[in-house]
Parts: sequence; C-alpha cells; structure tokens
Amino acid sequence: MMPVTPTQTWQFRSPKQHLLRWVGWFWLIALTVFCWNLMTENTIWAFVADAPRQASDIGGRMLPPRWGYLNQLWKPLWDTLNIATLGTLIGVIIAIPVAFLAAGNTTPSRHFVRPLALLIIVTSRSINSLIWALLLVAIIGPGLLAGIIAIGLRSVGFIAKLLYEAIEEIDESQVEAIRATGASNVQVIDYAIIPQILPAFCGISVFRWDINIRESTILGLVGAGGLGLQLQSSLSTLAWNQVTVIFLVILATVIVSEWVSARVRQAVL
Amino acid sequence: MVGAADFYYQPWQHIVLELKALSKIYKTGDRALTDISFSVPAGQVVGLIGPSGAGKSTLIRCVNRLVEPTSGSIQLGPTELTRLNGRALRQARRRIGMIFQEYALVERLTVMENVLSGRLGYVTAWRSFLRRYPQADIDQAFGLLDRVGLGEHCNKRADELSGGQRQRVGIARALEQNPELLLADEPTASLDPKTSRQIMRLIQSVCREMNLPAIINIHDVVLAQNFADRIIGLQAGQVVFDGPPSALTHDVLTRIYGAEDWDQVQQNAETQDDDVLSEAQALEQS
Amino acid sequence: MSREVTSLRAWKRPPILLKDPRWRWTILLGSAIYLVLAISSVDVDWSRVYEGLERGWRFIQGFLTPDFSSRWRDIQIGLIESLTMTLTSTVAGVLISVPIGIGAARNLAPTPVYMICRGIITVSRSFQEIIIAILLVAMFGFGPFAGFLTLTFASIGFLSKLLAEEIEDCDSAQIEAIRATGAGWWQVVNYAVQPQVMPRLIGLSLYRLDINFRESSVIGIVGAGGVGATLNTAIDRYEYDSAGAILIIIIAIVLVVEYSSSYIRRWVQ
Repeated sequence: MMPVTPTQTWQFRSPKQHLLRWVGWFWLIALTVFCWNLMTENTIWAFVADAPRQASDIGGRMLPPRWGYLNQLWKPLWDTLNIATLGTLIGVIIAIPVAFLAAGNTTPSRHFVRPLALLIIVTSRSINSLIWALLLVAIIGPGLLAGIIAIGLRSVGFIAKLLYEAIEEIDESQVEAIRATGASNVQVIDYAIIPQILPAFCGISVFRWDINIRESTILGLVGAGGLGLQLQSSLSTLAWNQVTVIFLVILATVIVSEWVSARVRQAVL
Repeated sequence: MVGAADFYYQPWQHIVLELKALSKIYKTGDRALTDISFSVPAGQVVGLIGPSGAGKSTLIRCVNRLVEPTSGSIQLGPTELTRLNGRALRQARRRIGMIFQEYALVERLTVMENVLSGRLGYVTAWRSFLRRYPQADIDQAFGLLDRVGLGEHCNKRADELSGGQRQRVGIARALEQNPELLLADEPTASLDPKTSRQIMRLIQSVCREMNLPAIINIHDVVLAQNFADRIIGLQAGQVVFDGPPSALTHDVLTRIYGAEDWDQVQQNAETQDDDVLSEAQALEQS
Repeated sequence: MSREVTSLRAWKRPPILLKDPRWRWTILLGSAIYLVLAISSVDVDWSRVYEGLERGWRFIQGFLTPDFSSRWRDIQIGLIESLTMTLTSTVAGVLISVPIGIGAARNLAPTPVYMICRGIITVSRSFQEIIIAILLVAMFGFGPFAGFLTLTFASIGFLSKLLAEEIEDCDSAQIEAIRATGAGWWQVVNYAVQPQVMPRLIGLSLYRLDINFRESSVIGIVGAGGVGATLNTAIDRYEYDSAGAILIIIIAIVLVVEYSSSYIRRWVQ
C-alpha cells in the first residue's frame, strides 16, 4: 500500500472503487462460468447438436396447421377466459383487505397484523400459478375450479402488493382533513383513501387480468381446464399440427387481452 | 386597515375556546409547545404568527387533537377535549372546522362531495357511503358554495379548480360542519398575494356573519394585521405576544421573528410597497 | 348556527366513469350476464371437493411440518439446477438484450433495425415461458439446458423492452450535447446514454433474476429441469410433507433474492 497523505485521500478513492468494480465483475463472471459448468454437467451435447434437425422436423409436423381443430377449441377458450376472469375476481376480493392490513398507514397493528399480511403476500407471490394449480388439482381434483382458485391465489399477492404500495403513497393531508371533520375510520377510508387509490386499483386489477389470461392458457397442462388441456392431449399424441392451432389461438387471445387492458387502463387513469 | 381594531374592543358574549397550560413534547424529545394559555371568545379572529418551527401548526392541530397534546387542557364550550376518545372525540371534532395549507381537498372527488364531507361526523357511514345526505345538508352545501362563489362548479372534480377556488371549497367544507370554532393552518401559503387577500377577506367576513371565532395560523404578518382582530405571536413554542394588531410594533416583531429575519421581511415589504409581498417567501429565502 | 335554506336543490353524485346512462346499464347488465354464464359453466364435483378437503388439510399439515430429509437428494439436484439456470440465463439474457434494447430505441436506431428488434421483442413477450419450454424441450431434450434457453429467451423480451423504453426516456438534451461535440454513434451511446440508463439496467437485471428463479421452479413440470420436476413428483405421489419442504425453500429463496436485490439496487444508486 502507498502512504496516504490527507491531500491525496480523495484521489486514492477512485482507483479503489475501480478495483472494487473489477473484483465484482470478476466474481460475477467466475460464478456464471461455475454455474454453467454445473448446469451442463449432465447435458448430452449430441442432443443439443441434433437440435436444428429436431427443430426442422417439428416445424415440418407443425405446418400446415390443422385448421379444422379450431372448432374444438371454442369451449376450452371460453373456459380459459372464465378461469382468468373469475380467478382475478377472487384475487381482488381477497387482496383488498390484505392490502389495507399490510399498508403501514392503515394497518391496525404494525407488529402483529402487518407481518402476517406481508407473509400472505410473499407466499402468494413466490409460488407460480402453475404450482398452485398442481397442488389444487391434487387436492380438489381436476377441472375449472382448481384453475380459478389457483389463479385467484396467485393474484392475491400481486394485487395486494401493488395496492398496499399505492395506499402507502397517498397524500396524508387529505386523510387528515377528512379526519378533522369528525369522520369515523370507515368514512376516512371511504372519502380520503379510496378516491386516491381507485385509479391505481383499477389499473392493477386489469393488468393482473391480462397476465392471468396468459397464465390460464397453460394451466390445463396440469389438469386445471382450459386451452392447456387440449395442448396437453395434442402434445401427448404428438399432434403437432394441432399444437400450432392452439398456439395461434393463445397468441390471438393474448394480443386481444393486452389491447383491452391497455384501453381500460387508459380510460381509468 | 379594515376596522379590525374597532371590532376587537366590542364586548364578547362568551368564551368559546380556552387553552390552559397546553404543552406538547414530541417523542423525539423536542418541545414543540410550552405552557400555552389563552381563550378565544365568540366571533373573534385570531391571527397566530411566528417564524417557521415556532409550533403554530402543532398548536392548531392540538386543538382538534390531530396531534396529541402532552399536558394541559383544551375546553371547547362545555367540553374538555383532551380526555375524549373514539366516538366522543369525533363528535367534538365535527364542532371544529379546519382549513388547510395545501387545501387538502380530496382531489378526485367532486366539489360537492368535498363540501358534504363536512357532514361526515353527523351522518352514518352507510349514508355517507351511498352519498345520500339529508336534504338539509345538501341545501346548506349549495348555500355555502353560492356564498363562496362556486355555485356553478358543484359537479366538477376538485382537481379541476384553481388554487383560490380550491381554498374556497376548503372553507365551504369547514363551514358545512356548522362549526363553533374555525381553525386555519396557513390558508394562504400556496396562493398568490391577491388571492390570499381575497381568501382572508372571505374568512373574515364569514366569521363576522356567523359570529364564528377563528384561529388562523399565518406566515404573512401584513395579512394578519389586516384581517385579524387579535394577534398571538409564538416563538419557540411559547406565547411572546398577545394583543391587538395595532400593538404590533417593530420591537414586538423583532422579538417574535428575531432581528435578522424581521429586517429582511421589512426590506422586502418596502421594495414592493404596493402589492403585499408574501412574507413567507421572504422568510424562507433569508 | 342557523341553516340558511336558499333553495331546495337535489344533488346526486355524477357518475364517475361512464357518463351515458345507456352505456352504463348495458355494461352493468352485460357483466351480470357474463358472470352468471361463467359461473354456471364451472361444473364442480362437490363430492370430489369434499373428499379433497381432507387432502387439503393434510397438505397444510405437510406445509407446517415439512420433511426436508427423505427426498433431500432430489431436492438438492433440483435446486442446483434451478439456481444455476437462473444465474446463467439472466447473464445471457442481459448480454443479448443490451444490443437489442439499443436497437429497439427509436432515438438511437435506424428504422429497419428498430423494426427487427421490436419484432424480436414482440415474439419473445407473446409466449408463456411454459410454451417456449415445451418447444425447446422437444428440440434440445430434457434437462436444464432447455430451461436455460427458455429463461434466456424470456429474459430477452422483458429486458430489451424495458431497456428500450428507458433509452427513449433519456434526456435528449444530453444526447444532443454529446452529439454536438462531434461524437460518433458509439461515443454518444457511451457518454450520453449509458450513464443515464446504467442504474436502471442493473435494477432491471436484478428484477429479472428474481423472476427467472420463480420461473425456473415451474418449467421443470414440462421437463426443462429445476426444482419444479421434484415438486411435481412429490405432489403426484401425495408426499405433501416433501412438497411443503420444497415450497418453503422456494419462498425462502425468493425472499432472499428479493431482499438482496433491493439492497444491491440501493447500493448501486
């Protein structure tokens, strides 16, 4: 180390930061390489090398799409929409109280209720809706209900998290003003908090609905109804030309739902 | 002068608000208010002046218990406010109208809803949720909106209004409570000088009409002198002056604001002798 | 205080969203009909659900008394696959999405490049990770390599889109100033754009790392490696205590990743 005199202190910080940065990058690269080696330990490279041939083979089977199959997809498509919509509804209904319990400025108890509400949010958010569906199919049997509840349970965390952040960001002076009129807690929520978070709430719900449409298209893979069920059966019979049709239907649905959600959010905000 | 001094010397009917030895110490240990005692009779407009950080805002908020006082007593009419809780506190709050610095309207509600929110302490939660107010409340709200000159705007959203208009809605909301006392926390701080005078004149005249006492926490000394019947000067959480506006001499103001700040304010006022300069800005700049 | 009755005027709150009453009623009625139809299309086998309650209870018990030991080998393999996939795919995703993101920024890229890059982003964003995983597993065989490719592909769409938006939001005055010095395109990117978007890019990458981990625990269900496969087996065999253990590990890792990434983000900016 070089001796550091007071006048030089500032100058010496820069190379030190530089060093720190390079060490950081070095570790990132080393870790990535290590992970890569660990991950590909059991990879059979012959399969990977074979991939272009496989791809062209599958591509060949996928085209031309079997358009006649489309007629069998309307009912599953309807089911998929219902899973997403009803699931979002359930999610919203549960998420609202959870969000109010989790927000620092509306929670009845910071030390007991709030952590509990945050735990619900984290649990719901960490577990993908497909895993929820997997569990629910095992528990209550295959069908739409499992899908709806799965979507609902996954949505709770998402909606509640964004909503409680919105609640924490409200303008407190409006709350104070309503409180000063002698309003009760319920009235404060009704008059001072809800008007402020309503646009955010609508935006979040529609946004989640849009995501749920995407997610509900594949829930059928584990038996929770909808388009995924058709996908599963087409895949298991290697009917790739039907898979193409399903993919296109999913793509169209996703595009339409994204358009709808963008329009609604625009109208609300 | 608008004849405020004459008004000050009229005989008072009765005392509306009485503060005794009110103190507030924040959890951080800061002494915000020390041993504040004064009483306000009906119809009197009190201007509360003092440098920022003197505790003006805390004092006003202690009166309707938005801030919990540490010790002392607050007597509103026959009611002792410091011991109230829950429902009784809310019923006391509805007797005190409050006007805020940044208007504090619920911006996404209509003007009418904002005014009617002054009745929240009187109606049931269910009624207020459905916006089904008694006809008398609605009539009163229309009357007040006409009084503050916003009768045409009742179905506009509050955030469509200008600053001065918003503050008028704020006044209407406070009056809709049929208050026995009006509190105002820097009602003109976010307004331009001309609108500030209009708002102050409006507050002053409704107080006269309704024989309503008011405590107005205000940065702007000239405005306070013009529109208040009585001035209370606060410095470091203590009352250092209490008297008619005419008694506000250079020495008194120096005592309240400290020598440097007050000279600064005066210099600025002299350079802009016609239009009243907002002392608030001047103080912040110094 | 006397109440001055000036006139007897009625007041009703004006409608918030839809001003036209006909539209309002149509939409209200439409959603009511939809709800009835949707709910009636969910045929639930209540006896099956009732039967499932007992199983659900067993799952909750399993969750509360998780069994880490009996399947620990499988869990360990799955976790290592998930974690390595997460890191490598995020790194690869960032490396690829930087050029695509720059190409998809209207203020930097010429029109043809812009169109191509936006096309890539749209394709990547339109499909669910699971669907991509199905295709890639079919091409590259089972295992984490297909998962790595899936997550990389999904990361590209996510990161490039947000990066492009960030670049488009850049202060144009800074870009102009650098351009005015006679700087070339690379120098503009390096001096005017990079400093503005770098903190955000790091933040987004960490956020994607978090998402990739969550996804990596799912794509195993269709054979793309990771802890999802282990979870799937555990649930299929009704080993709820092992499933509970896996879920708890997932939640814990998500928490750690989320917490540390927010820490790093604060440290970076």
